[in-house]
Amino acid sequence: MRAVGIILAGGKSERLGELTRNRATSALPVGSCYRAIDFPLSNMTNSGISKVAIITQYNSRSLHDHLSSPKWWDLGSKQGGMFVFSPYQSGENSMWFRGTADAIYQNLTFLKRSNEPYVIISSGDCVYKMNYNDLIAYHEQKNADITIAYRQVPDNDDIRQYGVMELDAANRLTDLEEKPLEPQSDLASIGVYVISRPLLIELVETIVSEGRYDLVRDLLSRYRKRLRIYGYRFDGYWRNLGSIHSYFDCNMDFLRRDIRNDFTVQHPYIKTKPKDEPPAKFNNMAHVTNCLVGSGAILNGNANRSIIFRRVYTGEHSTISNAILMEGTYIGNNCVVEHAILDKDVILHNGARIVGTPESPAVITKGHEVKA
Amino acid sequence: MRKKEMIAMLLAGGQGSRLGVLTSNKAKPAVMFGGKYRIIDFAMSNCVNSGVDTVGVLTQYQPLLLNQHIGIGTPWDLDRRNGGVTILAPHMKTENGEWYTGTADAIYQNLDFIDQYGPEYVLVLGGDHIYKMDYSRMLDFHKKNNCDVSIAALTVPLEEASRFGVMNIHDDNRIYEFEEKPPQPKSNMANMGIYIFRWELLRDALERDNKVNPDSDFGKHVLPMLLSEGKRMFAYPFSGYWKDVGTIDSYWMANMDLIQTVPDFNLYENFDKIYTDSDHQPPLYTGANTEIKASIISEGSEVLGKVYNSILGPNVIVEEGAVVRDSILMEGCYIGKGTVIERSIIDTDCTIGDGVSIGVGDNVINVHRPKVYDTGITVVGELSSIPDKISIGKNCVIFGKTTPVDYPNNRLESGESIVKRINANGVRA
Repeated sequence: MRAVGIILAGGKSERLGELTRNRATSALPVGSCYRAIDFPLSNMTNSGISKVAIITQYNSRSLHDHLSSPKWWDLGSKQGGMFVFSPYQSGENSMWFRGTADAIYQNLTFLKRSNEPYVIISSGDCVYKMNYNDLIAYHEQKNADITIAYRQVPDNDDIRQYGVMELDAANRLTDLEEKPLEPQSDLASIGVYVISRPLLIELVETIVSEGRYDLVRDLLSRYRKRLRIYGYRFDGYWRNLGSIHSYFDCNMDFLRRDIRNDFTVQHPYIKTKPKDEPPAKFNNMAHVTNCLVGSGAILNGNANRSIIFRRVYTGEHSTISNAILMEGTYIGNNCVVEHAILDKDVILHNGARIVGTPESPAVITKGHEVKA
Repeated sequence: MRKKEMIAMLLAGGQGSRLGVLTSNKAKPAVMFGGKYRIIDFAMSNCVNSGVDTVGVLTQYQPLLLNQHIGIGTPWDLDRRNGGVTILAPHMKTENGEWYTGTADAIYQNLDFIDQYGPEYVLVLGGDHIYKMDYSRMLDFHKKNNCDVSIAALTVPLEEASRFGVMNIHDDNRIYEFEEKPPQPKSNMANMGIYIFRWELLRDALERDNKVNPDSDFGKHVLPMLLSEGKRMFAYPFSGYWKDVGTIDSYWMANMDLIQTVPDFNLYENFDKIYTDSDHQPPLYTGANTEIKASIISEGSEVLGKVYNSILGPNVIVEEGAVVRDSILMEGCYIGKGTVIERSIIDTDCTIGDGVSIGVGDNVINVHRPKVYDTGITVVGELSSIPDKISIGKNCVIFGKTTPVDYPNNRLESGESIVKRINANGVRA
């Protein structure tokens, strides 16, 4: 293969509140059975990349749990494999990664021991499907030093939360500004890059020696005039999970057949860790419409427009709508759940009510018990 | 090779001819069951859940699908460096080469495989029953009673015992007599076909019996011989759920057991899970007008119509306006718009057109194979297709890609068959 992969999965997002209190954003459950990292990780193996490093830091336990074996992503091979890197103590230092570039720098051995000409870098908390070979082909066609995948941000999305790119007529990067107050274009980086491996090693060593640690600000933005950096337009589905809203909407998007099938049916599909739950069980009183249901669920109540993860139980005469019920949630009889996100293993006793609003969905913390 | 205390030999070579078209292209243990599973998953999962990490799977009849399903044993954590799963197919030897001619002969032909592990005990079991059992407890029983052979025994109501091979026992569970389907049973201990042998004893018995009976069989030859020699043979009582799914009716019934509100056979416990090759199966989707009641639906299915009292395998699509009742739809089936399916079994990857009805009309026993299709259930074999607006009766069999020409007046009367595919042995299904 012509590239190794690096997935940056160490980040946290303050705007996700309770959902990321004990988990990395890359470990967020999505679409009834996936975790956010399944998307970039599957993209890697689906593009033929057989050697992938996943760099974790913030709340890494949740991710390590999910990444217990490389075999679910076809990475359990002698040639290549899945490497999970966390900050560690050594004779010389003991420090957290000071930024994305530093995270790569502290694991530079991975890149130095590889032979592949390119490195694909992706963030770990975005839901998208991309064939990285197309990205590499474009990179070569442009004879670029670095290529950044971007998309045109639709009007209903706030571009000020992204890295905004300005490109010339040949798609060469002229400016890149993180979370700008006054965005100068509607083109935003989606956090997916291709760069030659020796160049990445050289650049990361240089900037870290100068006390600079951030991949976007200190490398891409600062070097935009010295290097040939190009933009690669990506028109497929893409969501980042940076806020409660985007997390909620992304899950609901899976109710759309075109989006769902692109990830789950169209070859190559997204892979995840199997859990061997039995088929979902719909009992006599169940009435479940416009829902996604994970395996092992036992349903007795009413549900509409909701994302139901594995092993969820709903009791009789309970009503669930516009909700995300994560794995192992238990909902008793006569409960009402609307506009809500129930984290894993939440227990609703009979008659409990959780009602949020479309603007602000109610979020119930993992393992929390709610009485009537 | 590290020594193992006990290894399992799983007999998975049988055809299961009474399952009709369901086994025309695959061995019975490879038939799908309970939505996402295959019949062999239950015995395989029992092995790993019992701590038996070395399993030899004996295949013979139509093994392709079974081989692919088992692979290197990954779904059961049997992809191990020492032990794990090994497929044992009939093979040529220096002097001769022959098929497995009986259950004991199959083990006899694989003595070398077992010897590699130098086990003290060998567990012999079939791959075609639905149950959960902890074989390590049976081994404890075996050791405690200082057995030569222990045989798992289902305690059945005495009035039903005449349908089984019965073991007559003393108070201490020691067996003194075997009776095959006795009209007047003396005991309610039914032989489940699960045996633990002392390996040294079994090895010797197989070598001796093979000289006398070239079609050496456990039930017919080896066990009676050992009993007549006064060996310590004990019945290990088992009282949990155990179903033979050897006929269309029993297969259908055992599937339907799973849709009870609290099923006798519970797959939803978080211990002793049943494992299968189900990697990367996406969630299922229910549409805006969907109604699903008393059913189990597997991963990746998309149900837009109505489903009652039914079992759906993975990646089944039930289109708008379709109604599925009292039926089993296996992996990858497509049910067209407005189609009605009643009391039918549709095998994997079938395409049923729009406006079709299946399982309607009078209950006429199948003309061609009256002993197989006699309980009103219509069966559609794997990879079949049925065109739009066709009406199909009860006890029918359809196998192959059918076109409107195959259906005079757009109908197939109850008890009739259309079999377009001939299986590998040249035998009509």
